[in-house]
Amino acid sequence: MNAIILSALWGVVMMFTGLATASARRQGRMAVIGISLVAVAAWFDLAGTTIPGLDVGGMLAFGPYESVFILLMAVCALLYLLLGVGPMAEGGGGIADPLALVFFVMTGICIIAGFRTLLMLFLGVEILSIPLYILAASDKRNLRSNEAALKYFLMGSFSTGLMLMGIALLYGTHGSFHLDALNIGQEALSPLATAGIVLLLVSMAFKVSAAPFHFWTPDVYDGTPTVYTAFMATIVKGAAFFAFLRLFQDGFGRLHEHWRLLMAFLTAVTLVVGNVTAVFQQSVKRMLAYSSIAQAGFMMLALFALNTTARSGIVLYAVAYTLATLGVFAVLARMKDHSFEAFNGLAGRQPLLALLLTVFLLSLAGIPLTAGFFAKYQMIAATLEEGRMVWLAVLALLCAAVGVYYYFRVVQAMYFRAGGEEGPEVSGGTQAVLVLTALAVVALGVHPDWVLRFLSY
Amino acid sequence: MLTAFDNFPALLIWLPLLGAVPAFLLRKEGAAGRWALASSLVTFGVTVASLFFRGEEHYALTQVSYVWLPDIGSSFSLSLDGISWILCLLNAISFPVILGTTLGRRREREGAFYGLMLLAQAGLNGVFLSVDALGFYVFWELALIPVYFLASLWGGEKRTQAAFKFFLYTFAGSVLMLAGILWVHLRTADNSFSLASFYRTSLDPAEQAWLFWAFFLAFAIKMPVFPFHTWQPDAYEQSDTAVTMVLSGVMVKMGVFALIRWLLPLFPDALKRFDEVAIVLCIAGMLYASCIALVQDDLKRMVAYSSIAHIGLMAAAVFTVQAEAWHGVLVQMFNHGINIIGLWIGVWLVETQLGVRKISQLGGLAQRAPALAVLLTVIALANIALPLTNAFVGEFLMFNGLYRHNPWYAAAAGLSIILSAVYMLNMVRNVFLGGTNALTDGFREVSLRHRTILALLVVAILFAGVHPEPMFRLVEETSDLILKRVQSR
Repeated sequence: MNAIILSALWGVVMMFTGLATASARRQGRMAVIGISLVAVAAWFDLAGTTIPGLDVGGMLAFGPYESVFILLMAVCALLYLLLGVGPMAEGGGGIADPLALVFFVMTGICIIAGFRTLLMLFLGVEILSIPLYILAASDKRNLRSNEAALKYFLMGSFSTGLMLMGIALLYGTHGSFHLDALNIGQEALSPLATAGIVLLLVSMAFKVSAAPFHFWTPDVYDGTPTVYTAFMATIVKGAAFFAFLRLFQDGFGRLHEHWRLLMAFLTAVTLVVGNVTAVFQQSVKRMLAYSSIAQAGFMMLALFALNTTARSGIVLYAVAYTLATLGVFAVLARMKDHSFEAFNGLAGRQPLLALLLTVFLLSLAGIPLTAGFFAKYQMIAATLEEGRMVWLAVLALLCAAVGVYYYFRVVQAMYFRAGGEEGPEVSGGTQAVLVLTALAVVALGVHPDWVLRFLSY
Repeated sequence: MLTAFDNFPALLIWLPLLGAVPAFLLRKEGAAGRWALASSLVTFGVTVASLFFRGEEHYALTQVSYVWLPDIGSSFSLSLDGISWILCLLNAISFPVILGTTLGRRREREGAFYGLMLLAQAGLNGVFLSVDALGFYVFWELALIPVYFLASLWGGEKRTQAAFKFFLYTFAGSVLMLAGILWVHLRTADNSFSLASFYRTSLDPAEQAWLFWAFFLAFAIKMPVFPFHTWQPDAYEQSDTAVTMVLSGVMVKMGVFALIRWLLPLFPDALKRFDEVAIVLCIAGMLYASCIALVQDDLKRMVAYSSIAHIGLMAAAVFTVQAEAWHGVLVQMFNHGINIIGLWIGVWLVETQLGVRKISQLGGLAQRAPALAVLLTVIALANIALPLTNAFVGEFLMFNGLYRHNPWYAAAAGLSIILSAVYMLNMVRNVFLGGTNALTDGFREVSLRHRTILALLVVAILFAGVHPEPMFRLVEETSDLILKRVQSR
């Protein structure tokens, strides 16, 4: 609760920061302070201290599970801002506006993390999406950025329309928006309600870019300025999955049997499409776009399994994926050329940077002793715990092996190919943040218990 | 209470791991190599010491266990029993030999090379020592990563592709094993990854069938068993020979070792159904590899194929599930490592001097380098398991096992041994005997250091050939314990 209020307020503060100072540096510093405060606010939520007299009528609820998630996302956002302020400021001029939008997105994230009614879900998704449309278009003179924004906006509003329709149908059958009222089991399964559930499923699949509703993703991620792609593809996506799981666990959990097969199908398609298509990409940025689809496939396993391992696992996955992807994007945002060749010989020129990138890529590939391994581990374990459709787990693991192929292409370029004179210019401060991020990736890979312990509610 | 001895297994992993860190940082030319050699010698010393300092109890009790992930059910558990000890010893001997041989060879980024070598050693020891399935998987991957970088950064022109093929094959195999490990883990009564709980878990035959193949594939790719061997000749040929020695001397033993430690005791029912298939695959691979080795002109490729044939025999003998055959396998794993490393050293010495390794271009080296010729001939004879050399006892026991299982298998496998005699002796004749040519005329006797290393290997070969008793005593107890488990089901 604290986190929602604070991040909304700080968004407004950021807008006025643009009036107070024109220096991008100062504006960036202000945003870093703000996001740290949001993290502190989430910490207070966790401790149970919240603003007295605040009644949300049960529409939002923040237990320890949700608060830990928001706290983790706020920390990731802090890392994101530390890494991202530099590239944001590259165009010259102030960056107060995009930073304000980032805070509004955070507000949306907090809302969909704690929603208990479909109304709040809808509000949260919209609050989260609309600033993203603007961020996608932030490179105003770039045609591709405009295209990305338009595509994102059209697809996004379309899926929002579906969601609204689904919500309306469910309200029609149940007479309530509340998740507890929806989750009454078999007897609720009228044709209207079924249609509603399917519509919600499709719209959420759009949001998390699960195949076959993923077509907007590569173009949008590719066209959007890299620094904002990093935000969209990581923290926002993690939050969308969190909401997805919440909706289907708390809202339709008792009907699990009825939509499990559909979810398994979506998962399998997402895994295969994401991984196989990523293999053929010539640009690292586009490869990462497809890899985000592939990783979404892994997170979908949590929705298939819907057990306690999946519940804690999806948060670990979101964090592991976010940390590693942020790291790669931070370097990519500082490069002009996004092709694989641009990475040639990076290890010779900038050994530290190459090493850090390798850690991130190993984590994305799911190699042991990185966070990505235990994230994938949790997903597979959750699936196998169900004891049914073992093939899905096996398929996922084979897809992980395919993933190794395209992630290692970058490693190969950096270490085993000569060429390329100019590397990305990465300041000492940024490198320090990247080192911290890599340490977090390894720490979670050695001891995932440090996060998982707080999620087993 | 923890005694000094209890920490030996952990020490065997920590020593090379910590030794790797300074190796990465040493910038002065040659310094990293000397440091790595010293570090591997310390590891060797500790490995040997661990045998003498063992407690009153038998081997299997000497283990360390630290709680790692209590919620997930995994602990960092290591056990130094007979079968892990003999492989750790092989690992401990191999690295000083390899590093001592190739020391002084100029390489780019030396620090990284030696650092990665020591990391590989740590990972390998971890694989041999782990008695926790998750830890085993982690080490299985961790041994792979440094070797992948070693094979990609140094070596022939097509090394990047060859190493990547190797990596993808192995990784694809091991993810299936991970699925299997998780499946068994979820069936354990105490939600644990420990080997003991895995052994206690009873699985129905249908489950065992797919689990068996999931694990088998991972190990078969590693060994490699036909038809999963295609990564191997390329990887061996393209890698720096020091890396090839690690790959073929120690790393392929991971697969055979894992059959005994994990696959067979976990899925005894599936074994009864599939042992014939597995043996036939192994023997088909032996024959196939031997035939190809016959026509190889490249020394490295020839030794690579000969290695596939030998590993095939070991794997086939494991699947016969007989006490003596298993003893033979375990002892032979060690001896094969020594022999194959000796052969690689020979190939390396010839290649560094002449720049070629085509058998057709060589000849008459014995006239120029008699000592090298004698030493290598002994090693070559050991590789074809002549009596009084180390490999004889092991191969004899393995053949015995195969024969008792089915005489036809023994006959087919025997054919491959005859072939191996043909190509090894051909190699000796074409490389060392005969007249010199324009190229080999300038060959000089190798340095004293290399002669000493080879001589030490030859001494080890002959000693183990004449007096194999201590090695058998070492492995028997553990091997029989595991065998009893496999047979009791």
